[in-house]
Amino acid sequence: MRQGSPILALRGVTRRFGGLVAVDALDFDVEPNAVLGLIGPNGSGKSTTLNVISGALQPSAGEITLRGQAIAGLPARTIARRGVGRTFQLVRLLASMTVEENVVAGAVFGHRRRWGTDARRVARELLERVGLAGKGHLRVGQLTYIDTKRVELARVLASDPEILLLDEWLAGLNPTELAIGIELIRSLKAEGRTIVLVEHVMDAIRSLSDRCVVMASGAKIAEGTPDEVLSDREVIRAYLGDDDA
Amino acid sequence: MSGREVQGLAVAVALLLAAATIPFSGSGYWLGLGVTIAMYTVLATSWALFSGPTHYISLATAAFFGLGTYVVGLGFEVLPYWSLLLIAAVAGAVLAALVGLATLRLSGVYFVIFTLGLAELVRQVITWAQNLSGQKGLYVLTQITEAQIYWQLLGLAALVFLAGWLIGRSRLGFALRIIGDDETVAAHSGIHTARAKILLFMVPGLVASVTGAILAPRYVYIEPALAFTPILSFQVVIMALLGGAGRLWGPLVGVIPFTFLWEAVSSNFPNQTTLVLGLAFLLIVYALPRGFAGLFDDLRQRAARREAAA
Repeated sequence: MRQGSPILALRGVTRRFGGLVAVDALDFDVEPNAVLGLIGPNGSGKSTTLNVISGALQPSAGEITLRGQAIAGLPARTIARRGVGRTFQLVRLLASMTVEENVVAGAVFGHRRRWGTDARRVARELLERVGLAGKGHLRVGQLTYIDTKRVELARVLASDPEILLLDEWLAGLNPTELAIGIELIRSLKAEGRTIVLVEHVMDAIRSLSDRCVVMASGAKIAEGTPDEVLSDREVIRAYLGDDDA
Repeated sequence: MSGREVQGLAVAVALLLAAATIPFSGSGYWLGLGVTIAMYTVLATSWALFSGPTHYISLATAAFFGLGTYVVGLGFEVLPYWSLLLIAAVAGAVLAALVGLATLRLSGVYFVIFTLGLAELVRQVITWAQNLSGQKGLYVLTQITEAQIYWQLLGLAALVFLAGWLIGRSRLGFALRIIGDDETVAAHSGIHTARAKILLFMVPGLVASVTGAILAPRYVYIEPALAFTPILSFQVVIMALLGGAGRLWGPLVGVIPFTFLWEAVSSNFPNQTTLVLGLAFLLIVYALPRGFAGLFDDLRQRAARREAAA
């Protein structure tokens, strides 16, 4: 089943908040150019896992390797510069700046660095790609919800990350927007990026993920292809309770 | 440089040259007012370089200013004056770096309180050291004239505006704006947030220290209560916010009217100056959250919209 070496690997990753174990000895690998779906009920530790990978939180224990190099506990800026980009569950934009400046912000200090006209050109290209052509001059306050998500994705893409961590990027979209969003993520995979997708939208998980990791109460309860894990009795029990399993 | 930048530069140079002629008017009153305005322009503009984008309200101006006056007060008899300006610059930058290392992890109100406490701390240390040596203050007796002080401040103001313009175009300036909007995003975009903040915090520290050094000869006699007066820190904040800390020229348009107001009130009602400070603060909070510069931007936008609609 496994080919080559994983681009991202977690071993025994644990994060405690006081007495609460939000992520409990989590192991998984992400193969290069694959889409890994990270799913589980609310509060199962998915977002905390992304936060630990991106450096927003320090792990309490465990190892994380990126192309074989240990990154656990490094500051977020270092992990970003090594090629891990992320979006946030609650969209985070730079409120005092225009849409284009928001995207430029991602291009200047990260994995791949650009400045001046070069950075602005990349920002405009990315805005066009995410469907915001011609909106670069707007203030972020003037955008619709899906457009704020598009800006955030464009900002992350501006640093040309190898690994993209998307935290419920498809949540809250209507069916038409969802189809567009899924297509966009597929195109990111097609250009060689590796994607970790935290998501509740099962259609998206089925159509995008190569593999899935299912979490419940901080621990991994299943791993496999989307079809395998979604028919797993443990997984159904975790989502729906004992009676339906 | 774009056409608008060349235009802006030309206006700035013309204003600077015009301001430089004030000492030739022969009026001591106007020269004195000029020194005050130049001093506050330098302090408020450099303050806004850091606090404008980051929204970290620093009340440490008096600490750096006092440090600079004491560098000159202690050294003017042994070292050439120009070298004291350099020493004051270095001392101010180093103190700012230390404060930055210690405090920039603090956010919001904790940072404000720490910077206010810092000025008080430095003042107490110097008072204590002076008590040990049996002095109360220092005489700074030099040949430096009021006009020379004024020209030095104008030169420093030109440097501050130049530095502000360069920072505004630099990655460092952009990084600070990102940090001011969302520090988490900044870190995840690859920005070393602590280093960026400390580097830029050193600019107002350095400038305030040099300003203190330039003004020390004007005071003739300095003591801690004068050199480290906390009111200076508050005045600088109020003037910068009144003008607008989001624009490079913003603080200047706050400094000029506020200085005239302050002069008028302190000569006619010397006990009501604190009241002026408080009222100005209320005015900013309720009516001018982005200062005169923000008001100007809003009016311009409204005019543009009306034109587009017509």
